[in-house]
Amino acid sequence: MQLAVSRAGLYLAVLAVAAVIVLAGRHYLAGPDPAGQTTARSEGTLPTIGGPFTLVDHNGHTVTDAAFRGRFMLVFFGYTYCPDVCPTSLSTVAAALDLLGEKADQIVPMFISIDPERDTPEALKAFVGHFHPSLVGLTGTLDQIVPVAKAYRVYYAKVREEGAAEDDYLVDHTAITYLMDRDGQFATHFSHNTDPAVMAEKLREFL
Amino acid sequence: MTRLVSICATLAAAAVLAATPALAGDIVIEKPWARASAGMAKAGAAFMVLRNEGATDRLVSASAGVAKVAELHTHIKDGDVMRMRRVETIEVTGGAVTTLAPGGLHVMLMGLHGPLEEGTSFPLTLTFERAGPMTVDVMVMKAGAMGMQHTH
Repeated sequence: MQLAVSRAGLYLAVLAVAAVIVLAGRHYLAGPDPAGQTTARSEGTLPTIGGPFTLVDHNGHTVTDAAFRGRFMLVFFGYTYCPDVCPTSLSTVAAALDLLGEKADQIVPMFISIDPERDTPEALKAFVGHFHPSLVGLTGTLDQIVPVAKAYRVYYAKVREEGAAEDDYLVDHTAITYLMDRDGQFATHFSHNTDPAVMAEKLREFL
Repeated sequence: MTRLVSICATLAAAAVLAATPALAGDIVIEKPWARASAGMAKAGAAFMVLRNEGATDRLVSASAGVAKVAELHTHIKDGDVMRMRRVETIEVTGGAVTTLAPGGLHVMLMGLHGPLEEGTSFPLTLTFERAGPMTVDVMVMKAGAMGMQHTH
């Protein structure tokens, strides 16, 4: 009898250990996302990147993401006071689009400001023209920008040196270029300093 | 013969002017360039190659009439986040080349008095701990330029 009980106990213990392993494995597979929430990757869905937006373009017109359905969006987040990283990424995008020739018409390159306080539509208009004729500059109120940056999982933070003026600061930010497909869904992304030829080749695969 | 020497001297002078490297002691500043400021942004960046044929030196400061402040900066790539930070000095190793280029070390120009326009140039003074101050003429390339070469 005693043996039977301990055998049952052993079965229970084995089951408990197995359950812990399964649960731990699931947690490991899912992994915490940057926001600390567990994503459902183990159930076959990818964490979403991107989402709807309502912003103001460099001509001062209100636009939503829906306006770009049917074309790919190539999205970069930055700020016009950025003297190096943003010009580098935008010139990469411009060079890649030029390599695609007419096929580039299917792609809308976008520069979304994460510094809307300084990046007015006028400031964006003077900025985007330096890089590519089809580049769309987007800004808005903080209430409009914050959720877009969050949806794309873009990190950004103002860095002001001690004693600097209120409007004199740099911004640390994620330097990823996102490709969103014709339905507005995440397709792929490019890291900073991607070679324009490599970007063009990858884009070609999607067109 | 005198005429030949004179022509050679003129050619040599022209070659030196065309290359416009600045020389202070053992340091040569080559290919100083900046990106045109895009739009109304009051910030710019200058890049160059520092060739040091002598002992190790340190770039300690920069100044330019075109901007309120010129600082020495670098970029820290933290995952996919780029963080730009001021550095106190830039070491210019002896017998080596130190490159200030997009994505890394650069002279940050803050509070530009006017736009930096492509095709123009402006004087920039770099001060080294040992070699002292050197002034170079910085060529302004297009806003998205990645180097001094012309890209079409």
